[in-house]
Amino acid sequence: MTDNLRAPLAFTFMGILLAIVGFTQSWSVSLSIINLCIISSIMAIGVNLQWGYGGLFNAGVMGFTALGGLTAVLVSYDPVYEAWDKAGIGILISAIILILSITLILFAYRNISSPQFRNTSIILIIIAAILGINNFYGPSIDVIESINPAKTGFLGGLGLPIVFSWVIAAFVAGLVAWVIGRLTLRLRSDYLAIATLGISEIVIAIVKHEDWLSRGVKNVSGLDRPVPYEIELQQSEWFINLVERINYGTLDSLQTVSSRQDLLNDLIIISSGVFVKLCYAGLFLSVLLLIFYLSHLALNSPWGRMLRAIRDNEEAASAMGKNIFAQHLQIFIIGSAIIGIAGAMLTTLDGQFTPGSYRPLRFTFIIWLMVIVGGSGNNLGSIFGGFFVWFIWIEAEPLSIGFMNLLASSFEYDNPIRMHLLGSAAHLRLFIMGLLLLLALRFMPRGVIPERIQKK
Amino acid sequence: MENFELINALVLISNFVLIPALSYGSQLALATLSLTIIYGVLRFSNFAQADWMSFGTMTTILFTWYLQSLGITGGFLPTALIALPLAIIVTTLFCLLIDRSVYSFYRKKKSPPIVLMIVSVGVMFILQAIVRFVIGPNDRKFFDGEKFIIHALDFKDYFGLSEGLTIKSTQLITLIVAIIAMVSLFYFLQRTKMGKSMRAYSNNEDLALLSGINPERVVLITWVIASALITTAGVLYGLDKSFKPFTYFNLLLPMFAAAIVGGIGSPIGAVIGGYVIAFSEITLTYAYKKFFIYLLPESLEPSSLMQVLSTDYKFAISFIILVIVLIVRPTGIVKGKII
Repeated sequence: MTDNLRAPLAFTFMGILLAIVGFTQSWSVSLSIINLCIISSIMAIGVNLQWGYGGLFNAGVMGFTALGGLTAVLVSYDPVYEAWDKAGIGILISAIILILSITLILFAYRNISSPQFRNTSIILIIIAAILGINNFYGPSIDVIESINPAKTGFLGGLGLPIVFSWVIAAFVAGLVAWVIGRLTLRLRSDYLAIATLGISEIVIAIVKHEDWLSRGVKNVSGLDRPVPYEIELQQSEWFINLVERINYGTLDSLQTVSSRQDLLNDLIIISSGVFVKLCYAGLFLSVLLLIFYLSHLALNSPWGRMLRAIRDNEEAASAMGKNIFAQHLQIFIIGSAIIGIAGAMLTTLDGQFTPGSYRPLRFTFIIWLMVIVGGSGNNLGSIFGGFFVWFIWIEAEPLSIGFMNLLASSFEYDNPIRMHLLGSAAHLRLFIMGLLLLLALRFMPRGVIPERIQKK
Repeated sequence: MENFELINALVLISNFVLIPALSYGSQLALATLSLTIIYGVLRFSNFAQADWMSFGTMTTILFTWYLQSLGITGGFLPTALIALPLAIIVTTLFCLLIDRSVYSFYRKKKSPPIVLMIVSVGVMFILQAIVRFVIGPNDRKFFDGEKFIIHALDFKDYFGLSEGLTIKSTQLITLIVAIIAMVSLFYFLQRTKMGKSMRAYSNNEDLALLSGINPERVVLITWVIASALITTAGVLYGLDKSFKPFTYFNLLLPMFAAAIVGGIGSPIGAVIGGYVIAFSEITLTYAYKKFFIYLLPESLEPSSLMQVLSTDYKFAISFIILVIVLIVRPTGIVKGKII
């Protein structure tokens, strides 16, 4: 099989799989898988830029996803004016103290030459900052969290349309990536992985426990939606007419008016769900295509060639006068920004922000699996990986339950082994994921759609 | 009365900070030793480490149950200590199976460390699935035998203090087992021929091969030692607290932090790193309010909890230390890289 045929074949195969789900389960299920597939693909492109093109192992995907989600909340939720009035000042002062002390520490670190004096002054600044922040921060968060804790209890957001947050999420994630990159990109590749893994855990700890900012584990739900609500669709004239026109044949064949009306009502309810999902899919797909197009342009430019040169031979690229650290930092920021966008999109799709649901397995390692299975160094591959691995991740559960049922059918109904087998079926999904990763690394290390080696 | 205040404060601190940190530190040190030996000899960061620890502990729990069902118990000691050697054998065999079927392929190909690291992520998934499949994701307590060596109430009565000191038997067991394991490991690495050849292999693979060291044997011994250490660490941790796969998975970060803080690849560094991480986690999240109430005159008594960081951020601490070390002294406390 030539390499040129791989991509179309892979995507046709994926289309068939999704169609099978559409026909056997329902189109609504198929579409919700597709929506998450698209978001996963965007995340995978972000990781692929970092790993496939930059050679950087970022194990903190989860952190950037959560940052994107947090941004979606902070941009779209209406501001809680009462909290701002009563305690906004305290939070702002704490933030100013924090920024001021970080600046002072950096200043001291760079400009004081005597090490003893430098270290003591840094420690003094830290102590002063902690005392100062404690003075304002603690009381303010108590006030904020006491205001209507069942509904808000946090500062709220800006009250802007949620789609806006997708852009801002890129900047937030990029900014954090800049800080992290400055700290960790000079390290060896596996140190970087450990460091980013840790930072992502810290991000999650913050969104989980800083209730004034994100409501923590109490979750923020009822977020703004970029698409119409199902109930509105079901009542609007044009939508009912549209459904009627599409299903003209089936509706006409019915004899009585009442049975026709019943069927129409059912169809409207089903179609409104499908329509909403299609709207999401359209939105997400346009973001995916835009990001894919932009990264395609960038990576075929001289800049992209330079990145690959650095990845393949750092010393040679460095000898040619390329600043390795600066380029690594750049690609790290860009990749993380893309992951941030995907995180905001994910929260938009869910309509709620649930810090407790961020687990490294689901949000970091699965994304890695997508990149490796799809083919690192090829964005088309990452998109395919995003679709394929997400599909497996979703369908692995019913499949393993089915498999366990088959295995357990030889036992009697209340046999403890049978109960255990059925109860643990869900964990087989992890096994399938691990096996997929190991098999891909062993037998298809370049992925399903490998990187194209350009010859000139 | 003044003196009593001071003694009360000291008892309070040893009860809630020193003793727990010492036992947690020993558990972490053993786990980190395992990680650092794998890193030193096989040259990759093993992400499967924490789940390997769950696997070892799970095997121990299964053997403990089996022994208990036969009526064999450890008397005043936990039965798990009898099960431990059996579990180490099973875990090691399983580990070697994984090495033969997964890791050795990449070792022979001389793949870069980052590839082996990604492979270890795959192994992590599989181990996690097996553990959850066999024993389930829930909390398990498998401690039996005598629970306390010194009980808080007895201590209070005996010395007439208002603060009690509790020493759990698991804490003493942890300390004793950890010391035995560390001493024998260092003896092995420094004094025996096999240990020396391991260090040589870790230091310079090509030179070691030239001087006739059998690489397969070194790799084998490395897996055996590493899985003995990690199983022991997991069992001690589980006896002290309880066994839950997700909690064990979360120990991965403290382990990495300890290894890097101490100097990755250096066994002595791993031990130091383990204690540094454990002590900082516990000292920084302990609320010192009561401690200062004992020490300070009434007018100066603190009103807040006197806590540096909330316990919510307990495991973030290991990471903050990690970042500081990476910036200030990336080689770690003991200069690492070789055994």
